[in-house]
Amino acid sequence: MPVKLSLQVNGKAASAQIEPRMLLLDLLREELRLTGAHQGCDTAQCGACTVHLNGKAVKSCNVLALQAQGGEVVTIEGITPADGSLHPMQAAFRDHHGLQCGFCTPGMVMSALDLLNRNPHPTRDQIREELDGNLCRCTGYHNIVSAIEAGAKAMG
Amino acid sequence: MYEFEYHRAKSVDEATSQLSGADDGRFLAGGQTLLAAMKLRLAAPSDIVDLGGIAELRGIRVDGGNLVVGAMTTHNEVAASKDVAKAIPALAHLASDIGDRMVRNMGTIGGSVANNDPAADYPAALLGLGATVVTRDRRIPADDFFTGMYETALQPGELITAISFPIPKRAGYAKFPNPASRYALVGVFVSESGSGVRVAVTGAGPSVFRVPDMEAALKSSFSPESLAKVTVPADDLNTDMHASAAYRAHLVGVMAKRAVTQALGK
Repeated sequence: MPVKLSLQVNGKAASAQIEPRMLLLDLLREELRLTGAHQGCDTAQCGACTVHLNGKAVKSCNVLALQAQGGEVVTIEGITPADGSLHPMQAAFRDHHGLQCGFCTPGMVMSALDLLNRNPHPTRDQIREELDGNLCRCTGYHNIVSAIEAGAKAMG
Repeated sequence: MYEFEYHRAKSVDEATSQLSGADDGRFLAGGQTLLAAMKLRLAAPSDIVDLGGIAELRGIRVDGGNLVVGAMTTHNEVAASKDVAKAIPALAHLASDIGDRMVRNMGTIGGSVANNDPAADYPAALLGLGATVVTRDRRIPADDFFTGMYETALQPGELITAISFPIPKRAGYAKFPNPASRYALVGVFVSESGSGVRVAVTGAGPSVFRVPDMEAALKSSFSPESLAKVTVPADDLNTDMHASAAYRAHLVGVMAKRAVTQALGK
C-alpha cells in the first residue's frame, strides 16, 4: 500500500506517494529526477550513491526512502551554487584530475564534504581512511586524495 | 525486494504491538544488514516496524559502574562519544572500525547484536565485557544471549532497548578485517575487571565464544607474554575461501596479544 513521504531535499520540500520498499536512491533518481547520486554496486559497497541524510553521509541504495521521513537530504545537485559554477570541492576534483570516468565522483565528493564537516583539515592518511566506503576503479585514488586535500584548503 | 507493510513506531510499546499484529514482521533498526538481505530476497518479511522514530532507544549514559547504550545508537555515535571514550575506550575503537563511514552512520548496536552475525564486532564486546542485553521485558546476560550462528536468546517479537556494559579496569579489541568486507576474519576482545578476565572471539567460529585457557593465563599475569603458550584448537572453527580453520586459530592468538597490548595502553 503506498505511503506518503515528506522530506526536504536540497533545501526544498518534497513529497511523494511511494511503495514502502522504495529505496532512497530510487526516490531521488526516479521520482525526483536527481540523477547525480549513482547506482553502482547496489550492495552498499561502492559508495557511488552517497548522499547526506540529516547531515551525515549514507549509502542511499541501502536506506529505505521512508527512513528519511521528515528528514533532510542533500545530494550532489544540492552543493552546486545557483549560478551553475562548481563547488570548491568539485573544482578541486577537476583541477587535480580526481576522476576519469566520473561514475564514483558524486559519492566521493559527498564523502569528502562529510569528512570536512568533522575534520576541516584532514591529513592524507585520514583522507584515505575516510574513503574506505568509496570505490574508484579508474584512478588508483592518488589524485582523489590530492583533490580532497586541495578542496579542504580552498574551503578554508 | 518483495513488498511489505510499513509501520513507523513512536514508542517501544507501539513497536511491540505493531509487530505482534504481523504475520512475519521484522524490526528495522539501521537496516544495514536487513535491507541488503531483503534486496537479495534472502529475507522477505510481511511487515517492517521502523524503530527510527523512537527517541527513548537512542543515547549513551553512564549509570553507576555501567555504560548504557540505547539500542538505536549508531556505530558512529558510539565511536564519537566522550562518555564511551572515557569509560571503555576499546568500545569506541571497536565501533569506529565497523564497516565504513556511511554504514556506521546508519547501523546500530541493537541491530548488530540482534542479528548476531558470526563475524560482527559487537558480540565480542558484549561477551568480552560481560554485558547485559536489556529488552522490553527482561535482562539477558551476554553469556546466555549468543546461542549460535545468527541465533540469540531473543523470543519472537522481543525488542532490545539497550546494552549495559560494566565498566572494566581495562580492555582492548583487535581484529584482522577481511580486506574486502571489513568484517572480522578474527576479532578478539579482552577485558580485566574486579570480576576477572574475559577473552571473547568473533569471526573465527559459528558464533562468538570465550577462551577459558587465555582467561586463566591472563588472570595470573595480564600481559601479552602470558599468552605465548596458549593455543586455540582449530577443530570447531570456520573454514572458507578467506581463511582456513588453522589460520583462524593462529590469528586468535595474534589478535589476543594485540588486544592485551592495547588494553595496557602500550
